[in-house]
Amino acid sequence: MANELIKPEKFFLSRFGMTESVLDLILGAALERKADYADLYFEYRNAEALALEDSMVNHTSKSVSQGVGVRVCSEDRTGYAYSDEVTVDTMRLAAENARAIAEETGRAVAPVHVGALVKRHNLYDLESTPLDVPVEERARMLSEIDKLARAYDPRVKKVMASFAAERKVVMVVTSEGKIAADLQPLCRLSVTVIAEDGQNRQVGTYGGGGRVEWRYFLEGEKWREYTCEAARQAIVNLDAVDAPAGEMVVVLGPGWPGILLHEAIGHGLEGDFNRKGVSAFSGKIGQRVASELCTVIDDGTIVNRRGSLNVDDEGTPTTRTVLIEKGILRGYMQDRLNARLMKMEPTGNGRRESFAHQPMPRMTNTFMLAGDSTPEDVIKSVKHGLYAVSFGGGQVDITNGKFVFSASEAYLIEDGHVTRPVKGATLIGNGPDVLTRVTMVANDLKLDSGIGTCGKDGQSVPVGVGLPTIRIDGITVGGTRA
Amino acid sequence: MAEMDLGLAQWALEEAKRCGATAAEVLMIGAESLSARVRLGEIEHLKSSRERRLGIRAFVEHRSATSSTAEIERGSLAEFIAQTVELARLTAPDPWSGLPEPALHPSTFPNLKLADEEHGIIQASKALELARAAEYAALKCDNRIKNSEGAEFDSGRYHVTFANSQGFAGEYSGTSYSLSAMPIAQDESGMQIGYWYTANRMFDKLEQADSIGATAAKRALRRLGARKIGTTRAPVIFDPDMAAGLIRSLAGAASGTSLYKSASFLLDRLGHQVASANVTIVDDGTMPSGLASRPFDGEGLATNRKNLVEKGVLKTYLLDSYSARRLGLAPTGNASRSVGQPPGVSPNNLYLEPGPYTPEQIIGSVKRGLYVTDLIGFGVNAVTGDYSRGASGMWIEDGQLAYPVQEITIAGNLKEMFMSIEMIGNDLVWRSAIVSPTIKIAEMTIAGA
Repeated sequence: MANELIKPEKFFLSRFGMTESVLDLILGAALERKADYADLYFEYRNAEALALEDSMVNHTSKSVSQGVGVRVCSEDRTGYAYSDEVTVDTMRLAAENARAIAEETGRAVAPVHVGALVKRHNLYDLESTPLDVPVEERARMLSEIDKLARAYDPRVKKVMASFAAERKVVMVVTSEGKIAADLQPLCRLSVTVIAEDGQNRQVGTYGGGGRVEWRYFLEGEKWREYTCEAARQAIVNLDAVDAPAGEMVVVLGPGWPGILLHEAIGHGLEGDFNRKGVSAFSGKIGQRVASELCTVIDDGTIVNRRGSLNVDDEGTPTTRTVLIEKGILRGYMQDRLNARLMKMEPTGNGRRESFAHQPMPRMTNTFMLAGDSTPEDVIKSVKHGLYAVSFGGGQVDITNGKFVFSASEAYLIEDGHVTRPVKGATLIGNGPDVLTRVTMVANDLKLDSGIGTCGKDGQSVPVGVGLPTIRIDGITVGGTRA
Repeated sequence: MAEMDLGLAQWALEEAKRCGATAAEVLMIGAESLSARVRLGEIEHLKSSRERRLGIRAFVEHRSATSSTAEIERGSLAEFIAQTVELARLTAPDPWSGLPEPALHPSTFPNLKLADEEHGIIQASKALELARAAEYAALKCDNRIKNSEGAEFDSGRYHVTFANSQGFAGEYSGTSYSLSAMPIAQDESGMQIGYWYTANRMFDKLEQADSIGATAAKRALRRLGARKIGTTRAPVIFDPDMAAGLIRSLAGAASGTSLYKSASFLLDRLGHQVASANVTIVDDGTMPSGLASRPFDGEGLATNRKNLVEKGVLKTYLLDSYSARRLGLAPTGNASRSVGQPPGVSPNNLYLEPGPYTPEQIIGSVKRGLYVTDLIGFGVNAVTGDYSRGASGMWIEDGQLAYPVQEITIAGNLKEMFMSIEMIGNDLVWRSAIVSPTIKIAEMTIAGA
């Protein structure tokens, strides 16, 4: 396996006994009708997971998947065919299926000559991946987590911990003759704790990871931090009172609450929705969509982050895209198809879950730049409001712009002080105006710990978010206390 | 292909035994599909697929590991099986793990009519025609339908082969078809999307394309001009699809996997009143052509029909062998299975039995309240039952749908919500594997302005 570490682009050719001239022929077949563009996406993925419950590492699993996807684009039409059997015959068949979208025949196609290597970033050049660490050593960490969580507080009754790691080799070959290849490691440690006090039972969850080596979890004792956070959250929630209901001032803590940006504006700024004019942000470039305090970035080039990629899943190197600059909408996130149709540049946001999916514009790591306030000043400024520090999932209706995200740890703010914990509640707002209500941005920008997964049109991809402490004047909190 | 799968599965079981496994099971799934999406009358995408995966769960006494691979050529498979058995050896022994009791495996299987052999995968030209027809019906419905996220027709065919080392072997094939439309309505108040769909195992039983398009358009149009309302407490009516989401949450809490982890608000509630007396919820894996029907579950046990909730009383949990052993109960034919995962628990076809009321009567019973047609977000806490989700729908005044509302949340606790189901509709339609008629919940907190 050492070879693929050096040259992932050679990996598939040798693995499936192919030559560059075979790729030329397949792409030529894909373009045989009147098509603009075709590409092949090869993937080979190795994954392993371990899980602990009831103080036993009693679940282990392993998977190997491989396949090829053939795509043909003609104007705004896409033909896509995939197979987990990678042979010249299945690829030729896939090419014939995919080109069915291009109806006219007879145009002479310039022959395809595959060979130009795309220069990729070098964001996660690991000496080894966690898959190379003996299973026993990974299992030992989960057992240590179990002990630590149980020692945290006698009310901790259940501890569940899991460690998942994968290594994906991908190669994109385009009808322009370009080859882009990458080796993408990814891992994630998750801890869930259930605490009980009589009939009251509460849950806490935390975790982290990224495109990192095993020692990432040991250095700085990340595993300890994740465990204590999960346990702390469960214990805090034992004392939570009913959440308030109605519109109020909300302060979001740093880091993972950046899921606000992901749901409220991120999806609405993906190229596909804007090309079709179905996003609440369609046609708003150059307009004010946030207060002057807000600058929002999507950056796929941050070293070792969960949402980062050396090249996206269409072979375009990832970039840093300014979405909102001092409140003004500046740009969209693009894949090739939508960039071409909108006469814009691809931004390296063309992503897919696997070879079984066609690429579309997706976020990478989305965050707001830090401001000047201190977090303490932000809290102090609020007479009555909600301080939300941890969240579960969120969702958005792209077309009307309404978005939600659900707090899993939140507190009341009374007279400038954080007081009682309240039960988790869903926050709901309107994407195009929620950031116009941001009145303070603190200097404590933090990226999340590496746990995010985003779903769109049935495809899941790893993403990151980040946020400094911010104050939003008026967002609806969906508690039960009317 | 089918016989070859069973032969390969038996070979893999032998191979596992040779590597030292004391028990094993093999699951193989082969699938192909075609998906066609049109937007504004033009093809947006055509997607076709072919997949075949093998999953193996190997036991070394009470230690086990599960793995899956797409490399099913015997040479690489042998190495993979050896690695899986080795992984099992490295796993902690779990006294509850193991295959089901051998005596529980069925020896004959019912014919559940899961496959539409006549139609199989629908050709691209026909799939595109149906998607176009659905979208066209939506676009021509009203001049405020100005845009579209398209319409999609999908068809799929799959074959499942399952065998274990205690002599169980079975296989079945299935098909599925679905058609959906997503038109967008627009006026001076902004844009709203509408979504509607039909799904069936039998091609001829799909609803007509034009009715899917027209319903999707109506759902988009009635959202136009939606406002935010003030925070209040009021009765909430869930339309059938939204009510099905509540039933799904209840089934999740009744699953053995949640229960043995103490991660369920239904812990220790077996035999207790968990819903109002008009509520009966049925789990049925044996309905002919049901979307979630199957002759045996993910561990090779027979599926069945049973009341999950009967007149408000929780009659059973949903269990696979593992969670059943942990809870000291018997498995219920609800083991779910995907190729690379150990068995879990899921309901089969699950529905709330219809009641006596038309949806109009239910709406008519509310002086002022909310009729919910869309919910977003994940604000359901399975451990506590706390419920808080983003909602949109219609506000009810004096028994009539008065105006659309949005950017509000509804909140409560599932335990109380199920106990306060006041009315159940007669409008049960099998549109997916988990369905419900319209239901009315006495009161919830609605948060808005």
